[in-house]
Amino acid sequence: MAGQNASQEGKMARAWFSFMDWVDERFPLTETFEYHMSRYWAPKNFNFWYYFGVLSMVVLVIQLLTGIWLTMSYSPSSAFASVEYIMRDVEYGWLLRYLHSTGASAFFVVVYLHMFRGLMYGSYRKPRELLWLVGMAIFAVLIIEGFAGYLLPWGNMSFWAGQVIVSLVGAIPSIGPDLMEWVRGDFLMSDITLNRFFALHVIALPLVLVMLVFVHIVALHHVGSNNPDGIEIKKNKDANGIPLDGIPFHPYYTIGHDLPAIMIFLFIFFLVVFFAPEMGGYFIEKPNFEPANPLKTPEHIAPVWYYTPFYAMLRAATFPLFGIPAKFWGFVVMAGAIVLPAALPWLDRSPVKSIRYKGWISKVTLGLFVVTFFVLGYLGTIPPSPVATKIAQLGTAVYFAYFVLMPWYTRVEKTKPVPDRVTS
Amino acid sequence: MKRITEIGLKGMKATRRILTGVCLLACLMPGAQVLAMSGTDWHMEPMKPNLQDLPSLQNGWRLYVNYCLGCHSLQYQRYERTADDLGVPHDIVLDELIFTGQKIGEHMTSAMSPELAKQWFGGPPPDLTMVARTRGEEWLYNYLKTFYVDEARPFGVNNKVFPNVGMPNVLMGLQGTQRSACIQMPQIAANGGERRDPLTGEPITEEKCGQLVVDEGSGLYSPEEFDQAVYDIVNFLYYVGEPSRLERYRIGVYVLLFTLILFVFTYLLGREFQKDVKH
Amino acid sequence: MSSSDPEGGKGAPEPASIDRSGFNKQRRYFLIGATAAVGGVGVVGAAVPFVASWMPSAKARALGAPITIDISKLQPGEMLGPVPAWRGQPIFVLDRTPQAIEILEENTADLADPDSDKLEQQPDYARNPWRSKRPEIGVYVGICTHLGCSPKYHGEVQPEPFDPNWKGGFFCPCHGSRFDMAGRVVKGVPAPDNLVVPPYQFLSDNIIQIGVDEETA
Repeated sequence: MAGQNASQEGKMARAWFSFMDWVDERFPLTETFEYHMSRYWAPKNFNFWYYFGVLSMVVLVIQLLTGIWLTMSYSPSSAFASVEYIMRDVEYGWLLRYLHSTGASAFFVVVYLHMFRGLMYGSYRKPRELLWLVGMAIFAVLIIEGFAGYLLPWGNMSFWAGQVIVSLVGAIPSIGPDLMEWVRGDFLMSDITLNRFFALHVIALPLVLVMLVFVHIVALHHVGSNNPDGIEIKKNKDANGIPLDGIPFHPYYTIGHDLPAIMIFLFIFFLVVFFAPEMGGYFIEKPNFEPANPLKTPEHIAPVWYYTPFYAMLRAATFPLFGIPAKFWGFVVMAGAIVLPAALPWLDRSPVKSIRYKGWISKVTLGLFVVTFFVLGYLGTIPPSPVATKIAQLGTAVYFAYFVLMPWYTRVEKTKPVPDRVTS
Repeated sequence: MKRITEIGLKGMKATRRILTGVCLLACLMPGAQVLAMSGTDWHMEPMKPNLQDLPSLQNGWRLYVNYCLGCHSLQYQRYERTADDLGVPHDIVLDELIFTGQKIGEHMTSAMSPELAKQWFGGPPPDLTMVARTRGEEWLYNYLKTFYVDEARPFGVNNKVFPNVGMPNVLMGLQGTQRSACIQMPQIAANGGERRDPLTGEPITEEKCGQLVVDEGSGLYSPEEFDQAVYDIVNFLYYVGEPSRLERYRIGVYVLLFTLILFVFTYLLGREFQKDVKH
Repeated sequence: MSSSDPEGGKGAPEPASIDRSGFNKQRRYFLIGATAAVGGVGVVGAAVPFVASWMPSAKARALGAPITIDISKLQPGEMLGPVPAWRGQPIFVLDRTPQAIEILEENTADLADPDSDKLEQQPDYARNPWRSKRPEIGVYVGICTHLGCSPKYHGEVQPEPFDPNWKGGFFCPCHGSRFDMAGRVVKGVPAPDNLVVPPYQFLSDNIIQIGVDEETA
């Protein structure tokens, strides 16, 4: 009996291999799988901070699936009512909606942590400049995607937040007002505006996003992953050309680490989705349960939490400078704050990559930068006041100084010697 | 499950018609309703909704239909869904809660047509489907309880948490006449207790103004009954704000449990693979 | 895929940091199977909201609720339809003449299912020669059982271009299917089944409610 079973298994295995051979002659399936998964050599010293890349992918999939399904019941011509239709009339519509709205916040949580990881371990340094730039492009598209999506429920906060952000475009000298009308396609935020943001949100931007993510991964797998020590594992290879400190990404990271981490992430994610989807007004704001009303501004307009650091910097621009009006400065400062990290590969002049081996100035400035980011994030949620504005101005200065002064402080500080092999 | 109470339903239908008229008048004051609610220092009474309390929700629905729906629609919520969630048989809903000849599957729209409201008054009273989500249940509870007589106002009433409110006190028949007055109240000592005269043991009182007192016997309900009625209405609005809330909690528990179980398996499997890695 | 094989891709060089020789094969296979099984349950569970959200929503159900039709103005030989519609489908309500009823009872030789043996095409109370509660009043869903066109009513007994011996009934212009005055399909046409009889009841002599009957109410 046992022998028979074995030969049965052997037969099935042979059939499977010959099928795979047939496929591989026509499509590089095994080759692709090996290149990106089972023979992609990932440094064996990944730590906690290396979960947020894969978690971004998980959230992307959640957003794509729930987004497609929401589009099936959403209608921009009766936007507000159709969201309530989803919440009440569509089977499990409330779940799809909360998964999507919570997913938006979760996306920014994991992406911010993913970016912080890069900042910490110098993942943007040579040869990963393009990888970093593609990542920054993803971040920029994500910001616009989130904004477009935020308009879709067409609640009063959607309307007025849209009004404020679109008005930013109007701050551009001379062409601003015309450009603003062009963006809205109307003289105020209207159905016409909503419809084009709907198209951008559900097809144009997701398409760009998915393509950029693909390019991001291709670039990553070409140069190889950085690690907490900031050492190139490709420098130490064995006789077969395999990095001595590399292990197969699959299954040792996919199953070995990522799957349980995804479960922990999902647990926290579901905790919010099912028990606090509004997150005290930070994920879904109260005025958005009222339909858009062009005649009634909510008492306090605050963007969703993930934009608040940049929003605080926008509001911090309260005075003209070098002959440029404050309004335009706000636009420049906000856009600059979003774009500036893209210059990191050329700003960081340290001989070492990882914060582990950098000097104390880098450690202090990074800590200060994180604190500033949180403070600005908080300031963006509260109504403006003279004190808050002063703090926001100081925070903006610190934010920009972190980048602008980097070429200086990364060179003058004393770094620690970098080991030859990764530490565990 | 408590059947919708029969008491006074006929009378209520009539009252409701009158109230609809009063409410129409309310809308004559343009702008009054959009006045902001901010800037009050009224001490809010807590309100904790209970979605398990079906009799409360049913009574809240009945009161809403009779006192509020004439002006304020619940245009995103259907009768049928509400009936099924609150455990009210459809025939009772059709007989006692739908006065507009609507079908059970339709939305709870207001009897007042928006076209007419717009033509006559410049705009309809706000829809209240999501009012519990925008204002919060505690605000609603205190709002409905703190109407008081103020002859200076167009409807002869004002409100403690919504100053200069542009709506009459539709629950006055139940509550009675409530006034804002100065009354003698026990002084509160630093330790939180009432201060008493050390000789007589009598409480030391002080005059406090702006307190609400109801003319005794002027309302259909006792103060306790009225509190319960307001609680029921707000509880109902809390339900209508998000009708799938209980289902969300229920499913959430299972989803979290399952995620935990799957975590245990993936964790053990992950650890099993990690054994291959030499450090 | 050989590479996800727990024993590793045989033949391909192994990384120095990996040693696949020391593990407990039974334990690893068991954990893979168990995790996959539980994960599979999770995938099915995750699919539930996505699949269920395609069910008719409360709005669709409200629009598809039973309708009532007043037939007091309907004359013998005439038909009401394709309006009113129930669940977006045209409803044919016809008042048959005594002659038409007689033809229904006698003229059954050419019919594919004269005795309404296909049970899902009508409620039990419509399993009779006229396929209706009252012989004169017929209620049918006006959708051809072939590919969903709406047949035309030709109530007169007279030669028609599509049938020189026409005894009255419905003709579908899309693919030429023919039905008699009780919605019974004629043999040799593309349509396989008789027209569907919706559940209905008489609320009074002249008021029909469609979408609900004494049994389903």
